[in-house]
Amino acid sequence: MSGPADPVTGGAGEDAGGARGGAPGGPPAPPADASPPPGPVSRVRALARAAGVPRLVIGFFLIVLFAIAVATRMDVPGLLTDSLARIARNGLLVLALLPAIRGGLGLNFGLPLGIVCGLTGCVVSLNAGMKGWAGLGAAALIGLLLSIPVGWGYGAILNRTRGQEMMVGTYLGFAAVSGMSIFWLLAPFHNPQLVWALGGIGLRTTLSLSGAYDKLLDRFLAFEIAGISVPTGTLLLFAGFCALTALFFRTRWGITIAAARANPRFARAAGISYTATRTQAAILSTALGALGIVVFAQSYGFVQLYTAPLYMAFPAVACLLIGGATVSNATVLHVIVGTVLFQSILTVALPVTSQVVQGDISETARLVIQNGMILYALTRREKR
Amino acid sequence: MSLASRARAGAAHHSVPILFATLCLAGALVAHIKPSFLASEMLLRFSRNGLLVLSLLVPILAGLGLNFGIVIGAMAGQIAAILVVYWGGSGIGGLGAAALLATPIAIVFGLATGMIFNRAKGREMVSGLIAGFLANGLYQIVFLFMIGSIIPFHSPSMVLPQGYGLRNTVDLTSIQYAMDDLVPLKVAIEGSAVRVPVATLALIGLFGIFNLWFLRTKLGQELRAMGQDPHVAAIAGIPVERNRLIATILSTVLAAWGQLLFLQNLGTLNTYNSHEQVGMFSIAALLVSGATVTRATVPQAFLGTILFHTLFVVSPLAGKALAGDAQIGEYFRVFVAYGVITAALVLHAWRKERE
Repeated sequence: MSGPADPVTGGAGEDAGGARGGAPGGPPAPPADASPPPGPVSRVRALARAAGVPRLVIGFFLIVLFAIAVATRMDVPGLLTDSLARIARNGLLVLALLPAIRGGLGLNFGLPLGIVCGLTGCVVSLNAGMKGWAGLGAAALIGLLLSIPVGWGYGAILNRTRGQEMMVGTYLGFAAVSGMSIFWLLAPFHNPQLVWALGGIGLRTTLSLSGAYDKLLDRFLAFEIAGISVPTGTLLLFAGFCALTALFFRTRWGITIAAARANPRFARAAGISYTATRTQAAILSTALGALGIVVFAQSYGFVQLYTAPLYMAFPAVACLLIGGATVSNATVLHVIVGTVLFQSILTVALPVTSQVVQGDISETARLVIQNGMILYALTRREKR
Repeated sequence: MSLASRARAGAAHHSVPILFATLCLAGALVAHIKPSFLASEMLLRFSRNGLLVLSLLVPILAGLGLNFGIVIGAMAGQIAAILVVYWGGSGIGGLGAAALLATPIAIVFGLATGMIFNRAKGREMVSGLIAGFLANGLYQIVFLFMIGSIIPFHSPSMVLPQGYGLRNTVDLTSIQYAMDDLVPLKVAIEGSAVRVPVATLALIGLFGIFNLWFLRTKLGQELRAMGQDPHVAAIAGIPVERNRLIATILSTVLAAWGQLLFLQNLGTLNTYNSHEQVGMFSIAALLVSGATVTRATVPQAFLGTILFHTLFVVSPLAGKALAGDAQIGEYFRVFVAYGVITAALVLHAWRKERE
C-alpha cells in the first residue's frame, strides 16, 4: 500500500501551498522545516501577512482593553486568571471544528450534536453518583461512545447533502438540542440532586458539579504565579489534544482525510473514498465536541441542559476564524491563536467596558464580532 | 388511473401537510380543544403571520432558497414602529406612516442582504442566518446603547432610567388594531365576541394576489428562469445578480410590512426579541405545507401558516393533557419547527446531490 501514499502526500502539500489568502501556509506547531530559511525582512512581511487583518484588529483591541485595565488600576492578574480559565475551558470545543474543515465539511455548525452526547455522558455519570476522576472519566467515555454512532450518522447525512453541509449542520444541531430538551424532561433519571424537587421527574436546567468533579482538571497541578492562577490540567489536556491532532494529520490516515478534500478525483484514483473520509471527519469532530463539553462542564462547574447548547457552535466557529482559518482551511495554530484572542476579549471586555457603559455591552459586542467574523468568512472569495 | 391509486398518489404527494394535519387533529382531540377556540386563535395568528410567510416566496422563486434574512426586514419594521410611536403617530395614519418609513429602511437593508447573498453564492441560507444574527447585534448597539446617548431621544417612558437605551418593551397601544379594526367586525362565538380583522385579512389576500400576478410579469419569469438554472439564465441575457438583489429587497420590504401587521395586532413590541424568531417560525410555517427550498406557492404559504400555528396552539395543551406538563408541548413545538426545517434542507440537498 505504499504506492498510493506518495501522490496523496503530494496532494496535501499542494493544498498547503494553495492556501495563500492570508492563512499561514506552514504546518502548525513545529517550525517549517521544508521551506528555505527566510531572511529577516521577508520574515516580518510574511508574519504580517500571516497574521491577517482580523487578527491584527482583534489583537490591537485586546491590547487597548488591557491598557485601559492597567490605567484604571483594575485587577489585571485576576483578568489574566479568568482569561486563562476560559481559554482552557473552550479550547477543545474549538479544536473539534478542525477535523470537519480538514475533511471538507466546512464550518461545523452541527457541533451541538457532539455536545449533547457529552452532556448525556455527564448526566449518566452524575445520576449514578460517580465522583472524582471516575466520574469525569465515565462522562468522557460515555460521551465518546455515543458520539461515534452519532457522528457516523451525521457524516452519512452530510454525504447526501453536499454543498449544503453548513446549513444542514446548523439545523441538525438545533433539532438535536430541542429534541434532547424533551429527553431531559422525560428521561428516567431519579437522582434527587438532578431532578426538579417538584414532581420528581425532569432534569434541572443546570446541574452543579460541586462534590462530583467540579474543576477537577483545572485544579490538577494548578499553581499560582504573579497572582495569576493557572488551570494546568485543563491547559495541558488542551495542549495534548492539539499536539495529537497535529500529529494525526501527519499520519497516513490524517493525510488521507485532508487529501481527499483537496482533490476528490485524485484521491479516488489513489484508492481513497471521499465519502468515507468525510464520514471519518464528521465522527472525529463530533467525538471531540463530546469531550470538549465534558471538559467545559468540569471547568465551569455546571452542566447546562435544555437550550444552553443551542448556540454553542457559533462562538467556537468565531474563535477558529479569528485565529485565521477559512471555510476550507484550518490548522492547530489557528485554533490556539483564535481561542486565546477571542476568549481573552470576551473575558476582559465586560469588566473594562462596564466602567464606562452601564449595561452589558460585551454581550452585544460578542454578537457583532462573532457573527461579523463568520459572515466575513462565508462571503470571502477564496483564492484558488 | 383508478380512484384509489390516484388518491394514494395524491396522499404521497401531500404527505407532509397530511401528517401535520393528523398531528394537529390528534392533539386537539387529546386536549379536548373546542373548535370555536381553535378557530378564533387561527383567525388571530393567521392575520399576524400571513404576510411574513408570504415574504419568503419571491426569493424561493429566484433560487435563493429560504430567506433567513427576513429577520432584518422585521427589524426595519420595528425601527419604523419605534420612531412613529416616539413622534406620537397613532391610529391608521400612524401605522401607514410606519409602513412608509419602513420601506426605505427595508430597501437599504435588503440591498445589503442581497449583496451578501451575491458574494456567498451557494451559501445564501447560512449567510442569511448569520447576517440576521449580526444585524441583531448591530440593532442592539443602536437601541441599547446609542439611543439617548449619541442619538438624541427624549422620551422617559420609552428610555431606560439610566438615560440611554430603549426599554425592553415599547407600548404600541396607539397603533394597536389600527388595521384590524379599519373595518370593525365582531362575531359572537359561543357568547364571546371575536374580532375579525377584515382589513388585515384583505391586505394579506391582496399580497397573495400580488405574488400570483408577479409570477406573470417579465421580472417574475426571469426570476423563475434563474431559479431553475442560473447559468442558463445568465447566458440568456438575464441580469442574474441584479435580479437577485431585487428579489431580496422585495422580500425584505414585505417582511418589514409583515412585522408591522404583526405588531399592530400585538400592541406591544419586545424591543430586543420580537424579531428574533420571525425567520424560524415563518420558514417552518411555510415548509409544513409541503413547500420546499425551491418551490413554494401562495396557497402553500396560507395552508402552512394555519397548520403550523394550529400545532403551536395545540401542542402545549396536548402536552399538558398527556403528561401533565405544558413544558413538554413547548419543547415539542420548537423541536417540530427545527425538525421541519432540517428535513426540508436535507431533502433539498439530497435531491440536488442526486441530480
